[in-house]
Amino acid sequence: MKKKRYLIGDIAGLLVVFVVFIIPFVFIVLNSLKDTREANLLKFSLPETFHFENYIEVFTANDGLFLKSFKNSMIITVGSVVILVLACSMAGYVIQRRKGRFMTFVNFLVMSGLMIPVAILPTIWVMQKLHLYKTLPGMILLEAAFHTPLSIMLYRGFMANIPVELEEAARIDGCSPLGLYAKIVFPLLKPITSTVIILNAVTVFNDFMNPLYFLPGSENSTIQLTLYTFMGQFSNSYNMVFADVVLITLPMLVLFLFFNQKIVDGMVAGSVKG
Amino acid sequence: MKKRTVYSYWFLAPMLVIYVTLFIIPIAISFFFSLTNWTFEGWSFCGIENFRTFFTEPALYSSIGNTFIYAFLTSSLKVVLAFLIALFLTSAIKTKTFLRSAVFFPNLVSMIAVGLTFKAILNPTKGILNQCLAWLGMEGRDWLGDVSTALFAVVGVDVWKGLSIAVVIFIAGIKSIDTAYLEAARIDGAGSWQILKYITLPLCRPAVNSVILLSLIGGLKSFDLIWSMTGGGPGYATDVIASVIYKQYAAGYYGLSTAGNVLMYLMIAIIAFPLQKFLLKAEEG
Repeated sequence: MKKKRYLIGDIAGLLVVFVVFIIPFVFIVLNSLKDTREANLLKFSLPETFHFENYIEVFTANDGLFLKSFKNSMIITVGSVVILVLACSMAGYVIQRRKGRFMTFVNFLVMSGLMIPVAILPTIWVMQKLHLYKTLPGMILLEAAFHTPLSIMLYRGFMANIPVELEEAARIDGCSPLGLYAKIVFPLLKPITSTVIILNAVTVFNDFMNPLYFLPGSENSTIQLTLYTFMGQFSNSYNMVFADVVLITLPMLVLFLFFNQKIVDGMVAGSVKG
Repeated sequence: MKKRTVYSYWFLAPMLVIYVTLFIIPIAISFFFSLTNWTFEGWSFCGIENFRTFFTEPALYSSIGNTFIYAFLTSSLKVVLAFLIALFLTSAIKTKTFLRSAVFFPNLVSMIAVGLTFKAILNPTKGILNQCLAWLGMEGRDWLGDVSTALFAVVGVDVWKGLSIAVVIFIAGIKSIDTAYLEAARIDGAGSWQILKYITLPLCRPAVNSVILLSLIGGLKSFDLIWSMTGGGPGYATDVIASVIYKQYAAGYYGLSTAGNVLMYLMIAIIAFPLQKFLLKAEEG
């Protein structure tokens, strides 16, 4: 009796999930392979003929803007993640270990960033004063700044489970403070570092709003901005738009297939403590 | 060596320099510029004029209401639906690994991609949603073009995309419950409804709280999805504060745009901080 009930549950669950979560993706892929006329009918059907050249056209459209923006997105993602890992692991480590009024203040400053949104125009103004507005290094620093609170929270939380004794032993052996951090602490933080990397990489890569404000112009366009302009430009050829969607989702899919559990764990860690 | 030298403040320096210069300082000066007529070249003080405009222009003040509706609806729908899905996925079904992955995947697709895909699905004449409805004998409508449904259509898509993370948090919460409680309850003859009400729900409290806060704050800040699906339209039926900030920026009203930003801070201060306190208290008590 019980077995039967679970079987029904399985089937019902599969059905609902299939309709609600899988069909939209199948729809995208199918329509990305149609010709323009057929794709614009927005039908959920197999293409009459498969047009794989749509994908090539996405690459060549607008003088290869796709590849250029893909490169930009990659640079921004990698750059900001590297900064986040280095700066926030150091900061989280000290914030967890040291007490005092200044530390309480720093902690408050960082944690309120979890809730408070970016002040957009004043940020542009500051970036202009620093001559970083509309530049890739500027965007990298901004993404790093915006994702600092979450990363520090993760590192600080993880530090709490690392015994202080290790550091004390190293200290007695005459290890310098920087050496202590680099040789003892940072390697111990490895599990949470991978969480920080994956979580931030996904968010930065998929970010639309911040590049829209802080990196306008086609010169440094990112992948999400390109998709948005693409949508306006090719609003009459849905096959191209969907091919673009497939291409920019592919990196995340690959990441997901390799690190499925890690991503899920990371997202949970990132949000539960938030 | 003393604690002072080992855990030197210098370790904080790289983070503090980036974070304070590019995040904290702009927030601090936003309060000033929200009181000015501002272009990047210069400014003139105008008092609370910007805020007055915000509350008297229908195109602007409707965005405040929309932001509230959007945040509360997405947040409550996510909490309820995700909890049900999580209960289902933690029961003894066999395909749960696959189902979990399928539910989770939308989380990795960018908001813009999701937005334009659903724009196609919701297309009034050709979209598959209306065709399915027609097949079922129901009348579809222009979901995104109709003032009365547009905001709710976007809310629906937001829930679709954001559900996964809430589900995953709830699964973690449910799984962390000690099975001894459940066994004890079963031995005492508790039914599944009683177990749910007296054991699962109370012990999931921290997970519930973080989902509420997370999705509420996310909803208040929401921009990408709305912008890619409706651009704030039709009219300003789906304009939220974040999209008004962008529109005023694009129109060159920098002071007004910044005032929108400050309004967002006030909303979060009024809603999110007390809510967090309240939820934490409820969790302890």
